[in-house]
This record gives sequence, structure tokens and C-alpha cells, in this order.
Amino acid sequence: MTTRIEDARARLPVVSEDGTRRPPQFVSLRLRINGRDHCVAAPAHFTLLEVLREILDLTGSKQGCDKGDCGACTVQVDGVPRLACLTLAVAADGRDVRTVEGLADGFDGAHPLQDAFDRYDAAQCGFCTPGILMAAEALLRRAGRPVSRAEVREALAGNLCRCTGYTKILDAVVDASERMFPGENPAAAEG
Amino acid sequence: MPDDPKKTPDVVAPGVDVDLDAPQVRRGQKLDGAPNVVGRSHRKVGAMERMQGLARYTDDLKLPGMLHAKLKRSPHAHARIVGIDASKALAMDGVFAVVTGRDMPEPYGIIPWTKDETALCVEKALFVGDPVAAVAAVDEDTAIAALDAIEVEYEVLEPIFDPEEAIARGDENKINPFAKRGNVTKHVHLEFGDVDAKMAEADLVVEGSYYFEGTTHAAIEPHCALAHYGADGILTVWSATQVTHYLHRELARVLGLPANRIRVIQPPLGGAFGGKSEPFDLEFCVAKLAMITRRPVKLLYTREEVFYSHRGRHPMKMRYRTGFSKDGRILALDARTVLDGGAYSSFGLVTTYYSGQLVCAPYAVESYRFDSTRAYTNKPACGPKRGHGSVQPRFAMEVQLDKAAEALGIDPIELRRRNHMGENCVTVNGFRVGSNGFLECLEAVEKASDWKRKKAELPYGRGVGVAGSTYISGTNYPIYPNEMPQAAVQICLDRSGRARVFSGANDIGQGSDTMLAVLVAEELGLELPDVRVLSADTDLCPVDLGAYSSRVTLMVGNACLQAARRLRRKVQASVARRWEIPPRRVTLAGGEALDLEDPERRISLAEAFAWAEEDHGLLGEVGSYNTPKDRHGDYRGGTIGASPAYSFTAHVAEVEVDPETGIVTVTDIWAAHDCGTCLSRRVVEGQIEGSVYMGFAEAIMEQHRVDPDHGGVHAGPSLLDYRIPTSLDTPAIEAIVVEAPDPNGPYGAKEAGEGPLHPSIPAIANAIYDAVGVRMDEMPFSPPRVLAAIEARRAREAAGELAPWKADRRRGG
Ligand code: FES
Ligand code: FES
Repeated sequence: MTTRIEDARARLPVVSEDGTRRPPQFVSLRLRINGRDHCVAAPAHFTLLEVLREILDLTGSKQGCDKGDCGACTVQVDGVPRLACLTLAVAADGRDVRTVEGLADGFDGAHPLQDAFDRYDAAQCGFCTPGILMAAEALLRRAGRPVSRAEVREALAGNLCRCTGYTKILDAVVDASERMFPGENPAAAEG
Repeated sequence: MPDDPKKTPDVVAPGVDVDLDAPQVRRGQKLDGAPNVVGRSHRKVGAMERMQGLARYTDDLKLPGMLHAKLKRSPHAHARIVGIDASKALAMDGVFAVVTGRDMPEPYGIIPWTKDETALCVEKALFVGDPVAAVAAVDEDTAIAALDAIEVEYEVLEPIFDPEEAIARGDENKINPFAKRGNVTKHVHLEFGDVDAKMAEADLVVEGSYYFEGTTHAAIEPHCALAHYGADGILTVWSATQVTHYLHRELARVLGLPANRIRVIQPPLGGAFGGKSEPFDLEFCVAKLAMITRRPVKLLYTREEVFYSHRGRHPMKMRYRTGFSKDGRILALDARTVLDGGAYSSFGLVTTYYSGQLVCAPYAVESYRFDSTRAYTNKPACGPKRGHGSVQPRFAMEVQLDKAAEALGIDPIELRRRNHMGENCVTVNGFRVGSNGFLECLEAVEKASDWKRKKAELPYGRGVGVAGSTYISGTNYPIYPNEMPQAAVQICLDRSGRARVFSGANDIGQGSDTMLAVLVAEELGLELPDVRVLSADTDLCPVDLGAYSSRVTLMVGNACLQAARRLRRKVQASVARRWEIPPRRVTLAGGEALDLEDPERRISLAEAFAWAEEDHGLLGEVGSYNTPKDRHGDYRGGTIGASPAYSFTAHVAEVEVDPETGIVTVTDIWAAHDCGTCLSRRVVEGQIEGSVYMGFAEAIMEQHRVDPDHGGVHAGPSLLDYRIPTSLDTPAIEAIVVEAPDPNGPYGAKEAGEGPLHPSIPAIANAIYDAVGVRMDEMPFSPPRVLAAIEARRAREAAGELAPWKADRRRGG
């Protein structure tokens, strides 16, 4: 019986039968990334994660699996958390993309979430953190009020962290929400 | 804990060393006597860079002209390589080079006595996924296409997947060509005291068979390496490794290059847990390919390759017999263990010892015998995972204690208390234990969990369980025998009022850079951001052995303290000279040098450093550390498992078990850990929480196994199929820091990163028993397994063999 180790990425053939390299088809994309317009020419099969990391050198978004399982590549497309490794770059054409590199924009040095993560030591290796921050920011923006641990658990369920046991991450997100929305009604109390 | 300031040593004249360098328990020396920096919560060094997406992990690095490499892996679990034809691949556009095992035939191994692997397979492939060739091409897509064009002819051999079968058939079907004895990679048999006599004396003998399933690290960052072979003939390798130094050595061996022409750098690392603690195929391959092509070469594992490369927790079959007196004391322990090692030795020699050596604390065991055998099988090799080799026996040990507590009618926490070994004692296998906060740990979790009430009142389906453990803070001997220091640190101060710390230690997310910054800040009175830590670069930093065996805080911390104290004395002397007071009156704290008797007299540290630079020249000092050599027993193997200091942990877990589905929900884990003096509170808590999580994950869901019915392919090599807990699955975790300072640790500190994993698993097993009356002696405690056990119990209850469990505490009657 034969088995095969497949590469995680199902790819278009780039080399023809006779051994000559077939240049991939390029598309030109217009992406708004962290508030700035970028025009990029990218191979048509590139994911948003590849465009960010390989073409634009925005390496803050991480690749933990490249198949939608870990959440390390989470960015926001039109304000909604998306897995950049499962989003074809062409599907983000003309959209508004936000990555961790732009999270602190408009804040003094750090977004309140980043500051809270720093105070709680919620990033150990930090590899999951960019994705978690982008998912958490979307939660806080949607909520517009302090959030409960249960809400955070729910919102981050697609982001694996192997270091922290999530405890300090939950602490930090709840704390950041309380600082961002002081005096707002907290969500129903939960342990 | 009292904060009484111990005496501050006098400083003699500049350049004259007084005998301060021996590690000693000494708190900081601020005016109020309390430590300045140590023990507080700190923002971690370099964390904000990571959180802003600016830190460059290995895969974030790009070099001009960089090529991408890929590995061709064996589809067979056991096969002879008849031939490899790479001509078609090499003829492809964009392909630069192909290497095979014959290009790097030198065997290596992390343990010098078991060099039984090669960078790529030479003669045989030993598991599905064993690499046979590597290709470098202009981009990843081309490299992947080229892999398909490499033709490998195999003669398929019979694989063996079961360790006991492998041992039995070692003569006729030898798996690893370098193996010395059939399919046994290591066998250890040790006996301390007269086990048979003590067992015969015992009032109760508990016998149990346990199976610990294999699990893997699954760090979120896949392994990645990048190599550059410079025009100057210097090879630089950036790698997501936790052992820069060992990688450096093995690269030199396998590539045949002098070590002084190789530089290894560990960029920021995305988690390791033991999974990056030895050299891997990819590092040798990028290096070799870079040397051949004269271009930088990078290789990033796919997630699937991370699973196949493994080196995770060994599956162990354990047979335990424990003899107790009727008041619950452990009189005798007899353990037989078979370890499933997979295709290579990895750290297996040490794992085999650890599987027996590390259960002799925190309980006083009067006599002990263990027999451990590690087998080769045609599977991905096992190695060290957080709590190396001792998590599995700890599971067996602590469940045995729970069974005894029930049989003897003693509360399980009380039973553990009665067996407490105490401080400053020697274990039955000859290890010298110093500080010991185990009793405080037990007490803390008993209280925090409301143990007594829950044990007495929780209804059927809910339960609590307890377990304890111990772990090492570094090993007494390095992996390769040598008399040189085990850790070294160099510190420079400059007139800007800043310290630069050069350390070979690998920060793998556990916070070792922060630990160093805290120690230097404490000693020199600096603010944390004024301490810059440069670590894990073999060209710039002194040798350190790496992040394994929980050695960094104790060993590198001690080396760092030595250097920092030497510098402090220089600075104190220079300030004292100008103020015309004795040096002991000068204290460094809060960014200033102060006169202890006249606190109005103060100058900034920048000025103080400038004075010291005037007196002494450039301000640099080194510190190094070696372990005390009187910590172990005098027998073969007696050094393995011996440590300068031991940490202690106790957990209580609370579970809900659904008797209809077998689903176990762990609601809470209270974990109290004695880390000696806590150097950085949140970092320590984070280590405890992460450990608890990882143990919980292994207990409930993780299974790293290959499928014998499908030729040995991995049963689920993705983060979806190999389930690890999400934020929704993970229980509430309460980390309780217990401090029993150890004289051998820096400021009394011990480890915190591995010990707190151990009790999670048995605590959960014991809680399941408390909930529904079934013993989970095999892992993981998955719904089908738990349900089957509940049903088996029900059948026995129906047959009148057993009384209904918690009959008086069933809901609704
Ligand atoms: S890299 Fe996108 S989900 Fe893992
Ligand atoms: S901090 Fe390491 S994976 Fe989350």
C-alpha cells in the first residue's frame, strides 16, 4: 500500500512535464492595508497571508498551519476577523484589511489590548498573539462595553494558544475592555 | 515569607574579589530591605515587539537571493532505499540542488552514546515521514514540484509498531541500523533497599497497569531554519531551536566544518515545549544546500511535517506494585515500564532513566525497584516533552496513591501528607533534596479548592482529585561529559546607565530573557528597560547548553548573578571612594546609587557607572555556574535525575462526568507550585497555567499515534485532527505560587516551567473516580473509554459485585 505525505498546500503545477517553469498567472490587486492603499501584483493563487508576508513583508500575521486550524494568521477584512491563510488574496481585492501592525494606529504607542497583554504577560512565545489580538479587537469593537470571560472564550475559540492555558489572555482582554469602556454596562457577570 | 535583609557583603578594593560568588539566598538590599525588582510582576522583555508584529521569528527572515527547500519523505514505515534518482528534479527550471543521505552520512544523536540517526536516511527509512532527500529551489512551489520528480526506489520491509513485539523480534527484524542490541534502545534496572522484603511486610499492596498515550508538543510555530554560507566561509544558521549550542556542535560534526566557522542564532521562538531541543533534518539540509548553492536557503515545516518530526512524549506501559503500611506509608515500590521510543534514540537514554528515577519524591519511599526498557519501533521518534520522562510514571504513582487512600480509608491529601519526605533529605535513590514546599502546596490547594466539603458533598457525576509531584531544576551533568561551566553570562555596563547582558540561553517564550533582566536590575539597581538582553547567538554570547531540563533559571540565573555582583562591587567601590564611605554603605536601587546612612546623598546610576569606568576601564564581567557534584547517588546512572534543586507541586482537579456519554468536563484546576523564590510573578503564574493546560490536554484529548492498519501513517497530523484545547475547552486554572527558597538557586529560585504539568493528569483521573467510581488507568480519558468504564461498573453493580457509587448522593434521590 502506498501513502503519501501531502504538502499542506494544494498547489497549481508550476513546472510543466518537460521541466520548464511555468510562470504563475499574476493578478493586480488593490488592497487597503492598515489604512493605506497598496497596489500589488501577486500570483493568482496566493492567499492573503502570502501577499502580506511574502510580498508586503508584513510578517506580523503568522503561519501556524496554513490550513485554517490554528488562527495565528487572523486578520480583519472589512472589520471582521478572517483567516488570512484561507482567504485568497483576490477575494480581498478592494477590501479594507487590518493586521496586527496597524492595531496601535491612533493610540499612543500601543492599543489598550496590547498594553493589557503586556501587563498580564499574556503573550508567552507571542506566536498566537497577533491573531488573538485581531480577534479580540473585533470582539471589543462589536461589544462597545466591558466583556465577560465567557464572551472572550467564545470569541477566541478559533485561535489556538499552546503556551498560556488562555488564563492570562482572558484576564487581559477583560481588563482592556474595562479600560476602553469605563462606566459602560458590563456584560452579565460570569466566572 | 520574611523579607529580612541578609548582610550585605563588604567590598574590598577594586579588582579584589571577595568570596561572594557562591550562590546564596540573599534578598535585595534596598533601604527597606525588600527586593527591588525580584518577585514583582514585570512586562516581559521583548514582549511588546511580538505583540505589535515587529519581532522577526525565523520564518519572518528573508535574505537576498534566498532559496526555499523542501524535504522528500518516505511513504513507507520501514524500507530499504535501493536508489534515488534526482536527475529529473535537477533538470527542472528553478531547481538549484538536491541532497540525499549520502551527502551527509555522519551519524549524530543528541546523546553522544546513542548516535543513531543521520540528517537524511542513508540505508533505510524507519517510519512514514523519514526524510530521504532535500531540494532547494527558487520558491516553495518549485521545490514542491521538484520533490515529485525525485524518484526513490524502495524495497519495502516489514514494519513493527508494537514495542513489546519489537523487543521480542529484535534479532530477526532489527529496525535501526545503528542499534547496539536488537530493538532495545536502552534498558535500566535499579533497586534501592530490599523491595521484596518490604513488600512482604506491607499491610496493603496495590497493583495496577497503566498506559500513557503518546502526545506531542504542537507548538504553534512550525520548525523553520535558514542558512547562509558567507563568502568568508562562515556558515550562519538561524533556527527555531531551543538548543543553539547542541545544534552548533552537531552541525559541525555532520557537515565536517570546524565549529568556529559556524554561527547559530535563535530568533524569537514560537513555542517549543521540548519539541525543538535537538537538531532536526531541516537544519542540516538548509546548511548543506546553502554550502552547495552559495545562496541562502530556508526551510519551513508544514504542520503535517511537525507531527511527523515529533520527538514528543513516549507512550509508556507501566506495571506498578506499591506496598503500604496500614497508616498509609509507602514501604515499597516496584515498577516495570516499557517505553515506545519510535525509530531513533533521541534523548531516550535519559528518558528511560527518568521514567524511574524521578518518582522518589516528594514522598519518602522506603524501598524502590524499577525496570525500564525503551524499544525501537517504526514510528516517529519520541523525545522530551515538558516534564521529560516523568509525567508518565507520575500518573501511575499518583493513581496508585489514590487507590491506597481509598483502600485504607485515609483522605488522599492526608495520605500524601503522611508520606512527606521533608526538607534537606536524601531520596531512596540517593538524590539530595534541599528546600521543599510540598506541604504548603498541598495545604494551599486543599484550601483553595474547598476540598473537604467537595470530597464529602459533591453528588454522583461530580468529583475532585488530588495529585502531587516534583521536578528537577536542571541536571547535574551536561549531555556531553565535560568539566566546563554549565552556564555562563557576560554583562557590560556603560556610561549611559545601561546594562547589556549576553547569554547563550534560549528564550522560548518561557521568559528567560526577562529572568536575566530581573536579576541584573535587582543587583545593579537598574530599571528593567535599562537592561538589554542579547541571547542565543553563538557568535556573540557565551556558551549555554539550552532551554531543557528546567535548567535556565537556576543555572543561567546563578551565572548572571555572579557577573552582576562582580560589577556591582566595582560600582559600589567607585562611589564609596568618592563619597569617602565604606563600600557597604553604597546601595544601588531605583536607578540611583545611594548612601544607606544618608539617603539624601544620591547620584544617578549613569554617573556611578561613569565613575566606575574611570576607575576600572571598560565595565564588563563574566559569570559562570557549575552544579554541585554531591547531589546524587554513587551508582551507574545515579547522576541522571539528580539536580541542584527540586520544585514541588500539588493540584486539585474538579470534574463533571456525564454518565450517559462519558464526556469529562474539567471545570477547575487549582495548582500550587513551589518555585523557590519567585523572580517574576506573572511569568511564574503563566508557566504554571500553561503547564496545567498542557497536562489537562493530554489527560482529556491528545493522542499522538500512527495507524498500523494503514501502513503507519499518522492518525491525524493536523491541528484539527490532533485535538488541542481551545479557550472553550480549557478549565478555570488557579495558579498559586508557593515559595520555599533553595540555597542553590539564584535568590533561592527554582524551576516553574515543567513541574506544574505533572499532577494535572492523575488529579483528573482521581477526580473522575471520585465522580463516577471508575478508574481511568489508560489515557486519554476520552468519552468512549470513560463510558465503557462506567458501563462496566454498572454491570458489576447490577450483578451485586459492587455497591452503587455515591448511592446516597445521586441527584433526585
Ligand atoms: S495559519 Fe491560518 S489558521 Fe493556521
Ligand atoms: S503565547 Fe505561545 S502560542 Fe500563545
